[in-house]
Amino acid sequence: MIAKSGPKRWVSSVDAAARKSGLRVGMPAAKAQALFRGLMMVDAEPHLDAAALERITLWALTQYSPIVAVDGLNGIVLDTEGADHLQGGELPMITKIANQFLAKKLTARVAIADTWGAAHACARAISRETVIVPKAKTAAAMERLPITLLRLPEKVVGDLRTLGFQAIGELANTPRAPLTLRFGPEIGRRLDQMFGRIGEPIDPIRTPELIEVSRAFAEPIGAAETINKYVGRLVVQLIEELQKRGLGVRRADLIVEKVDGTRQAIRAGTAKPARDVAWLTKLFRDRTEKIEPGFGIEKLTLVAVMAEPLSDVQKVSSLIEDEITDVTPLIDVYGNRGQRVYRMAPVASDVPERSVQRIAAASDPLTVAWVGHWRRPVRLLPRPEPITAIALMPDHPPASITWRGKRRKVKCADGPERIFGEWWQRDAEMEAVRDYFVIEDESGERLWIFRAGDGVDPETGDHRWFCHGIFA
Amino acid sequence: MTAARAPGMSDGASDVIADLRERISALEGTSTRKAGCLAFGVPEIDAVLPGGGLSHGALHEFAGGGAGTVDGAATALFAAGIAARTKGPIVWCLTRPDLFFPALTQVGLHPDRVIFVESDKEEDVLANMEEGLSFGGLGAVVGELVRLPMVGSRRLQLAAERTGTMALAVRRWRRQTEASDFGQPTASTTRWRVSVMPSEELPVPGVGRAKWFLELMRVKAGECAEFLVRACDEQGRIDLSTGSADRSDPARRSVHSG
Repeated sequence: MIAKSGPKRWVSSVDAAARKSGLRVGMPAAKAQALFRGLMMVDAEPHLDAAALERITLWALTQYSPIVAVDGLNGIVLDTEGADHLQGGELPMITKIANQFLAKKLTARVAIADTWGAAHACARAISRETVIVPKAKTAAAMERLPITLLRLPEKVVGDLRTLGFQAIGELANTPRAPLTLRFGPEIGRRLDQMFGRIGEPIDPIRTPELIEVSRAFAEPIGAAETINKYVGRLVVQLIEELQKRGLGVRRADLIVEKVDGTRQAIRAGTAKPARDVAWLTKLFRDRTEKIEPGFGIEKLTLVAVMAEPLSDVQKVSSLIEDEITDVTPLIDVYGNRGQRVYRMAPVASDVPERSVQRIAAASDPLTVAWVGHWRRPVRLLPRPEPITAIALMPDHPPASITWRGKRRKVKCADGPERIFGEWWQRDAEMEAVRDYFVIEDESGERLWIFRAGDGVDPETGDHRWFCHGIFA
Repeated sequence: MTAARAPGMSDGASDVIADLRERISALEGTSTRKAGCLAFGVPEIDAVLPGGGLSHGALHEFAGGGAGTVDGAATALFAAGIAARTKGPIVWCLTRPDLFFPALTQVGLHPDRVIFVESDKEEDVLANMEEGLSFGGLGAVVGELVRLPMVGSRRLQLAAERTGTMALAVRRWRRQTEASDFGQPTASTTRWRVSVMPSEELPVPGVGRAKWFLELMRVKAGECAEFLVRACDEQGRIDLSTGSADRSDPARRSVHSG
């Protein structure tokens, strides 16, 4: 890709094949053509790139974090503090981000670090897709990275190179005064920002469609009760706005702007579009304790980043009995606390471990359930445990088994219940058979055991015995 | 004087006593009476429980016996049977997701009714249970717990009293030796131990209907008792096994109780 700046044409980005033949970013276009004949050159369109980047940024705003901004020409910065729990933690979150870009055939580099500067440098330095810099390990991680990643003007970087500086660590360990005398305060500021010595607030991106209510305070507030009071009022305002437009909120952010210019954001998600004052207030009040007021809060902003249409429905009269409680608010409370909330649903499969699946707790009722009157154990072991059994082949239950080091005499048993492998799942299951038995020992403990194979044909299994569940 | 008159108490006197009891319980502020009870439908068991059943709006605690202290299979099924007979959604809080739902369907618990809340930490289970109890409108909140400290159980009991939701704590330890913890006092209204017993004998080879040995180890304002019951049927009901355990027979008392 070729960019033009004034009369100069230079290489602004290269693909893997071009990089192999020696092309580098920043090279004059003529030199690139000389290096490789038949080079395909595409004119860069920076305004289109910028527009696409902004689109991605807005998407990230609804998906991942309340505070999102465009970072330079080719990056997005997200403040994920207090928002990663909705995605199940930091690692699942960045993996998901990388995968979503991969699905669109884009390669993304994702890094999480303590500061914007550190994350910026890491994301551009790594060769794998994702990296997480552990808390308070920034200095060690940044030491070897090149100074180009310090977000300094190109001229300063060039001059520093001339002086022999290559890595950020070297620069950080150099006395500050001569550097400032020579290059101005910029180097010191960038270094401090990277190591978190001075704050670097992210100015979040906003679109006009976002429904936003805010409240600025003449005197900074800090007490938990005061915060709660104003959050309650903001929620009422937001609900009124949503009501006018017929929307319900799916994801809302509370952005706390403090006196010292830093921002903190709390994100709450709901399983269904919501327009209920008590419900939303509860979700935020639940986590007021997470707000660190510091020197005081100047402004509270409540934004509905993701809203969906929610039409009015007529409620059934209270004269009719049998009102079913809507548990969605409770599901949201659990979800925002980072617990895994789910329901169980049947899957049409005879193999026990495949016959259940987890579904979202707020999904529609299924009405179907598992059919069949065959006994099923209350506890299913995570994976079948090998046991030794003394049994008469082919279709008698064992006379005694040894499981977890304890020998049990089988007093009575039921079976076999034969379950066939599912050849449409895996080729290896083409012939596979399991023969399940319910056995009871002398003390009354009931176990679910099976034999791999039908007891005659070695093709169907190797005739080993396993314990798979515990009955009540 | 009063003691001498007591045996020959007239109907009027018992009315007065009943009235006094009601007023005392009103003073104590327990709303259990208002929330009502869930009867087992077994006269012998309901008779020993004050109010004639497991009270809604109270914490009930269940533990297994023997290997059941670790796997908690019978305990979970017993709790599921009780939950199945309540009305409304069920919240089931746990840390070890090894419950096999088809078995719970067989005691009358429909998968649409049960919302599982899985957490990494044991303390979160207590917090989640309390949140569910204070939400109101649920049928029952079940929690699988290793430890149930006095303060935690008190909080659960109070939250349950406030909304009239039944709280069922299924105690499940990591090791069998840790189960002596069940002797520690908690604020629960009833405490049960469910142990598996050899199943009913059938005239043909096979495993009959499961039997449990049910020990009511503690009940507020009631006596301890023991029963030999047949496990939950497809509606979650238990019934007394024929050849019922004689409650006064000391020979059958479990070594665990007391």
